[in-house]
Amino acid sequence: MDVTIVDYKSGNISSVINSFKEVAKDKVNIRVTSDLNKIKSSDKVVLPGQGSFKSCIDSLNSINGLIDTLSEFVLNNKKPLLGICVGLQMFADVGYEEVETKGLGWIPGKVSKIDNQNGKYKLPHIGWNQINIVKDSKIFKDIENNSHMYFVHSYEFIPDDNSVTVATTDYASKIVCAIEDENIFGTQFHPEKSDKIGLKIIDNFINS
Amino acid sequence: MLKKRIIPCLDVKNGRVVKGINFVGLKDAGDPVEQAKIYSDGGADEICFLDITASNENRDTIYEVVEKTSKKCFVPLTVGGGVRSIDDINKLLNCGADKVSINTAAVQNSKVVEDSSRKFGSQCIVVAIDAKRKDDGWEIFTHGGRNPTGINALEFASKMEKCGAGELLVTSMDKDGTQSGYDIELMQKLSSMVNIPVIASGGVGTLDHLVDGIKSGASAVLAASIFHYGTYSVNEAKQYLASKDIPVRI
Repeated sequence: MDVTIVDYKSGNISSVINSFKEVAKDKVNIRVTSDLNKIKSSDKVVLPGQGSFKSCIDSLNSINGLIDTLSEFVLNNKKPLLGICVGLQMFADVGYEEVETKGLGWIPGKVSKIDNQNGKYKLPHIGWNQINIVKDSKIFKDIENNSHMYFVHSYEFIPDDNSVTVATTDYASKIVCAIEDENIFGTQFHPEKSDKIGLKIIDNFINS
Repeated sequence: MLKKRIIPCLDVKNGRVVKGINFVGLKDAGDPVEQAKIYSDGGADEICFLDITASNENRDTIYEVVEKTSKKCFVPLTVGGGVRSIDDINKLLNCGADKVSINTAAVQNSKVVEDSSRKFGSQCIVVAIDAKRKDDGWEIFTHGGRNPTGINALEFASKMEKCGAGELLVTSMDKDGTQSGYDIELMQKLSSMVNIPVIASGGVGTLDHLVDGIKSGASAVLAASIFHYGTYSVNEAKQYLASKDIPVRI
């Protein structure tokens, strides 16, 4: 099996690469590329994302044909894709970080700044927080409810239809922190930085 | 609920772990990769490497340490010491660091913080502030605590927040190495003033000091010696904090 981590030159993806390679061992081939043909021929794709919503979208756009290839992979071929952090946020129609920016539009919704209640909560939301699993998901196999995951973000994905939400976390309000919509998966937290329990989520994505 | 973080810090010199007392008088004490792995297996919420003599010496050893560590530890790794430029930050992140802490360069040229947080995201830019009491305030020092700057620490912290720092790592130079506890007043003033997380550092000798650090408003507490010399394990520290009703990840 081939799993491709999309390397679109935005932010730091070393930790994502290391964690997927650790989980994959010799059983699964982990590729790191933005080559369109390699993405097309992959069984699964991982879309990481660091920095701002706008900078990530701009970077995707800077590689000719990348967004179309990813959209085809996900929407037409219905193959599994996991978005991490801004990788998840970009599924939305629109993001409001820096300036209003059009998202991939795969899952109806928007990305807005976390309401920190006039400074009562510090931003970014950094550190270990517990996830409330609200719905079964393939990526949560053998993951206990209230497990700790590592977060670092100031913006949140707000889907129009809450049925895609599989987990939330409490910070200032209930924040959507994992989604599943058929073949589309996403985590706001960083499984690659969430110790053994995070590696288990990666394992679930690779092997489900 | 968001948990308070415990961050063991390893001072690294030429690829080996050392711990300075008031920034001088170093003792060699081990392999940073192994030590980091022990910490992460023991429940450390993050790991911090401080390349203490990086400002003056060959830095290639730290890249190798970071690269090896990031293949074994799957919790966030922060690396600081001698980080001067966007290129340095890029190189450390590419080796597997998740965050980079900037000290001297942030003081000399705040644009490094602005540019790097825009390029890599605020989440990976930590500004390290070394502060020493002066008159009725605190003055910041650069170059591993060697050079006074005349700059007020509170004003500088506020400026760094505006420049896009994701977190502030605040070390009291009066307290560092003394094992007499954090400079609580400094942590209180800073944490209540900025809206980004503050990591308290410098002076931990007992588990109660960690409790005091969190109660001062810090989001995370950093300690070196008490963990490094095995006085307490990270897990013991967490159990103790939990017993004092401080939310921690156990």
